[in-house]
Amino acid sequence: MTTTTTTAAQASEAMPEERARRGRRRPGRESDDTRRINWWATALIAVCSLTVLIPMYLAVVVALKTPDQLAGGSGFEWPNPIRLENFAEAWERTNFPQALLNTAFITVGSVVFTLLTSSVVAYGIARNLHRPFFKVVFFYLLAALFIPFPIIMLPLVKQTAILGMDNPGGLIILYTIYGLSLNIFIYTAYIRSIPIELEEAARVDGAGTWRVFWQVIFPLLMPMNATVGILTCVWAWNDFIMPLVVLTEPEHRTLPLVQYVFQGQFNVDYTVAFASYLMAMAPLLIIYIFSQRWVISGVTRGSIK
Amino acid sequence: MSTLTQATRSSTGGGGAKRATRMRSDSRRAAPAYYWMVWPAVIAFAAFHTLPVLVGIFFSFTNYAGYGAWNFVGLSNYANLFGDERVLQAYGFSFLFAIVATILTNVFSLAIALGLNAKIVGRNFFRGVFFVPYVLAILVIGYVFQFFFANSLPQILSGIPVFRDNILTNPDLAWTAIVVLAVWQACAFAIIIYLSGLQTIPGELYEAASIDGAGSWRQFRSITFPLIGAFFTINVVLSLKSFLQVFDPIVALTNGGPGTSTESVTLLIFKGGFSGGEFAYQTANAVIFFIVITVVSLFQFRVLQRREAEF
Repeated sequence: MTTTTTTAAQASEAMPEERARRGRRRPGRESDDTRRINWWATALIAVCSLTVLIPMYLAVVVALKTPDQLAGGSGFEWPNPIRLENFAEAWERTNFPQALLNTAFITVGSVVFTLLTSSVVAYGIARNLHRPFFKVVFFYLLAALFIPFPIIMLPLVKQTAILGMDNPGGLIILYTIYGLSLNIFIYTAYIRSIPIELEEAARVDGAGTWRVFWQVIFPLLMPMNATVGILTCVWAWNDFIMPLVVLTEPEHRTLPLVQYVFQGQFNVDYTVAFASYLMAMAPLLIIYIFSQRWVISGVTRGSIK
Repeated sequence: MSTLTQATRSSTGGGGAKRATRMRSDSRRAAPAYYWMVWPAVIAFAAFHTLPVLVGIFFSFTNYAGYGAWNFVGLSNYANLFGDERVLQAYGFSFLFAIVATILTNVFSLAIALGLNAKIVGRNFFRGVFFVPYVLAILVIGYVFQFFFANSLPQILSGIPVFRDNILTNPDLAWTAIVVLAVWQACAFAIIIYLSGLQTIPGELYEAASIDGAGSWRQFRSITFPLIGAFFTINVVLSLKSFLQVFDPIVALTNGGPGTSTESVTLLIFKGGFSGGEFAYQTANAVIFFIVITVVSLFQFRVLQRREAEF
C-alpha cells in the first residue's frame, strides 16, 4: 500500500513539472526571465490597477465617515476624525452575526458536499467513458452548462417550497447538484490522466472499487479538489439570485441579501451601509489576500483544459 | 469486484488469451460500484435540474399565474411574447449590453494580461490586485459603484453636463454604468485565462521574430494572437453567455430603471414571474431565452473556431 501511494504522489508531481519543462515560463520564477524590465508596461499596469484599488478605497473611506462629512463632498476625502461606530451600527442593523453564520454554513456545506460527491461521480464516469451508459451520463450532465438559470428559476422555487428546501440546507443541496456539470468536466480530464496501473496494484492487494477511490485516487485529486473548492466557495459565498428566490425566512438571509436593508429606505444611510458592505466582503477578501497565489493557480488549473 | 475476478482469471491464461479476455471484460457491464457512484447523481440532477426545466416548458403552454387554477392556452404565450414591447426591449437591452461588455472585457483583459506577461516590477502583486474583483460579491461592490455614479461622479465632473446629473437616472446612458461594473468584475477572471494562455507561448518564438525584424504589433498579430486563439474563443463564448443573463449588476445599480430602460431578460423573468403574476408567460419567455442562448453559443463556437483555423 505504501509503495502505491509513493508512486502515485510522484506521478502527480511529475505531471505539472513536465508541463513546465516544455519551454514555458512559469509565472513565479522571475530569475528564468532574462528580458529587461519593461518600465512602460509597469507604469501602464500600475495605472490600470487603480481601477480596482479606487473603488476599494472609496468603500473604506465612506465607511469611516460621519454623515456630515459625507454631505457635499465627493466621498473620496480622507475622514477626520474617523468614525468607527458605523460598523457597530451596521452590525446591528443587518444582524451581521446571523447573516455571516448563514453564509458560512451554506458555503462550507456546499464545498464539503461538492468535493465528496463530484469527485466520486467524476471517477465513476472517467473510468467507464467507453461504456455507452456512462458516456450518456457525461454528456447529459455537461449539456446542463448550456441551460440558463432563468428557465429553471420559477419552477424551482415552487419545488423547493413544496419539499421544504427553502432554507440554507436546501441551498447546500442545490449548489452541490448544480455544480456537478462543471466539476465533472474539470475532474474527468484529470482522472483520465492518472495511470490505471496504480489502481490495478491496489486491486491485486484486494481493495474494492470504493476503497481504491478513497485511498488511491482521492488523495491524488488534491490539485483538482483545490480548484473545485475555490470555485464553489466563491460562487456560494457571493451568489445573490439563488438565495434571493429560494430562501423565504428573513432569519435565513445571507450576506448579499441583508444589504437590501439599506436600499429600501428613502434616504440611504451611506456611511453605515458602506461599513456593512465592507464587513460582507471582508471574510473572503482576507482569505484571498493570504492565499492569493494558491487561489490564482487553482483557478488557472481549472480553466486550462 | 467482477473486474478483480476477471483479472485473476485472465492471469492464468496465456499472453494472447489474456488480451482477449481483457477486451471482452471491457465491453461487459462495469463493476456495480461504478453504477452506485453515478446513479444517485443522475437522479438528483434529474430531480432538481431536468424536472424544473420540463415543468417550466409544461407551464409555458398554460395561463398559470403562479397561484390558483390554470388552463391550457396552447402557443398563445409564445405568440404574445413577440408582440410585447417590454419583452422586445429587454432582449434589445440584453444584447446591446452583452455585445458591448464582451468586446470591452476581452480588449481590456487581453491588454492587461499582455502587460502582466511582460517583465514588470511587482508582477505577482499586480496580478493579485487584478483578481480581487473575482472574490467580491458583485451586488455588494455594485452598491459602492452606485454611490460613485450617483454621488461622487456628479461632484468630480460637475463641468460635464452628462455626469453632473446622476448618470443612473438617465434613460439613455444608465446602461453604460452597468457595463462599467460588469466589465470591471468580468475582467478579473478573463485576465487570468489570457495570462495562462500567454504563458504557453515559448519565448524563443519572439526572439526569432525580432531577429527577423518584426515589431511588437506584428509579433502580437502573427504570434501571440493566433497562439492564444483557443483562450480567446473560450473567453468570448463564456463572457457573452454570462453577460446575456446579466442580473446582479442591474439590481445593484438601477434595478431596471429608469422606467424599464435597463431591464434585462433575466430581470424581467424575475420581476414578472414572482411579483407580476406572469408565471406561465415568463416561463415561455425563459424557454425562448434558452433557445436564443444556445443558438448564440453554438454559432459563436463555429465562427470563432473557423477563424482560429485560418491562421
